Amino acid sequence: MKVTEKDVAYVADLANLELTAEERSGMVRDLNSILDYVDRLNGLDTSNVPPMAQVSDRYGVDESKQGSERFAYASREDELEGLRKSLPHEEALANAPDADEDFFRVPKVIER
Amino acid sequence: MDLTSLTIEAARSAVEERKVTALALAEAHYGRIQKEDGQIGAFLTLSKERALEQAYRIDRMAAEGKPLPPLGGVPVGIKDVMSTRGVRTTAGSKILEKYIPPYDCTAVARMEAAGAVVLGKMNCDEFAMGSSNENSAYHPVRNPRDPSRVPGGSSGGSAAAVAADMAVVTLGSDTGGSIRQPASFCGVVGLLPTYGRVSRYGLIAFASSLDHIGPLAKTVKDAAIVLSTIAGRDPMDSTSADVPVPDYVAELDKPVRGMKLGVAQEYFGEGLDDEVRQSVEAAIDKLKGLGCEIVPVSLPHTPYAIPTYYLIATAEASANLARFDGVRYSHRASGVKTLSEMYRRSRDEGFGAEVKRRIMLGTYALSAGYYDAYYLKAQKVRTLLTRDFDEAFRKVDAIVTPTCPTAAFRLGEKSNDPLAMYLADIYTVTADLAGIPGISVPCGVTREKLPIGLQILGKHFDESTILRLAHTFEQAT
Repeated sequence: MKVTEKDVAYVADLANLELTAEERSGMVRDLNSILDYVDRLNGLDTSNVPPMAQVSDRYGVDESKQGSERFAYASREDELEGLRKSLPHEEALANAPDADEDFFRVPKVIER
Repeated sequence: MDLTSLTIEAARSAVEERKVTALALAEAHYGRIQKEDGQIGAFLTLSKERALEQAYRIDRMAAEGKPLPPLGGVPVGIKDVMSTRGVRTTAGSKILEKYIPPYDCTAVARMEAAGAVVLGKMNCDEFAMGSSNENSAYHPVRNPRDPSRVPGGSSGGSAAAVAADMAVVTLGSDTGGSIRQPASFCGVVGLLPTYGRVSRYGLIAFASSLDHIGPLAKTVKDAAIVLSTIAGRDPMDSTSADVPVPDYVAELDKPVRGMKLGVAQEYFGEGLDDEVRQSVEAAIDKLKGLGCEIVPVSLPHTPYAIPTYYLIATAEASANLARFDGVRYSHRASGVKTLSEMYRRSRDEGFGAEVKRRIMLGTYALSAGYYDAYYLKAQKVRTLLTRDFDEAFRKVDAIVTPTCPTAAFRLGEKSNDPLAMYLADIYTVTADLAGIPGISVPCGVTREKLPIGLQILGKHFDESTILRLAHTFEQAT
């Protein structure tokens, strides 16, 4: 068993989930079964293999440049409303579960 | 004229030649939805007002004798993970039950600019996480070919609607097979474009380095028309590629004679259903008869694809889904006292079991002490899987495989075993990991009349070749 109830509680905390007692024990079972399966990756020697985070660096890049310069096509000038207008205030707030005219409203954060 | 069995071209020209109005075409599809969708469950939301407004605009163009754009008057459906301005977008989740996006997904905007009439939003697995559509927080989708079976997932509603003539064409999304696998299960065409070919702007993110938007259609030509419409650089998505978009339709009828097709034994091993194997082998023989040369290739890291995928996809998902916190949008639990309690309870109430499972697995794989062993390891194996394809594509123009190891399974058959469900994607996750394009095209049925799909994988940005092969195959069967 790689993952214990305690691990599940810790990870749930990191993920901002609470989980019921039943969900937690189900999670212990499922995560262990998936991680056992995932263990087959350890059968591969990857000591000289670079990690791949994305496929975008395989095309469109300017090979003559270094670092982020290679991705010049993906960058743009940092202009106010450069690509589209910002959302009007009331539209940006329209989906909020709780808001006043100007701000999203949340339970009190700072105790004093 | 049967208004609900038309292809894109037939529908568009009927409207252009004023044999039928776009309005009548939309109404005919809504009539069909009314009649069929109670049993199938493919739609989550209908956008009738928006659809009829667009139909009216198209009819006015036709009345003025103007040529219609490529999708002029064509009724379409959009998977509910793509944002639609003013039309509820849930991602199949309760956490977004009331979400009305203030902007349009680029792919949807391009479809509408090309004249498409958006009928509504298609049911899917919650946040596109699933292979059967049983993870929808609203209701499952049933396979129109056999309602006791799943339509596949996660774009199950998108596939079922096309199969049941409730839309001419739909958009789906594919992170590990979510377009091709349901296309295979429902007997329609499903296209995964190259990563970066289609903008992801406005697509609710599941795993950003793996998410793709693509069409589900009745014919390969329809899929090509839609790809031509939605492909191309979009400044709103920095990963959308600045690579020229060819005329995919014009390329369809070019000859396939002399093309080299790779067959990898890794896709014909244990777990492959006999009937699927026979059907796919017969399809490969057919392509050979059409003048293609069959070349054995090796993709040795294929057995590592599922574990690699489930580590990378869940890690990215755990980060992407952190945004659902009950503040700017999304469900908020009531009666909460503190901010932390609000986050937890809102997410607990809003997310379903599979989404929680994946957030947990992804968070675990990224957490201190496990990052190198799981996430980094998976990223390295992703490199190996991609190199397999690079190597194979030095020898061949395309690779042919089954889309799925089996035909559509029954509702409930795998829903209690996450791992068994994940294995349904065994032949499809590789293309997402490598970022290469793939298409599923129907190649036969089982004895129980369940559809079987042939998958054709291509080189980066070479959708033309796989579309041409699929089109030629489709025309010959």
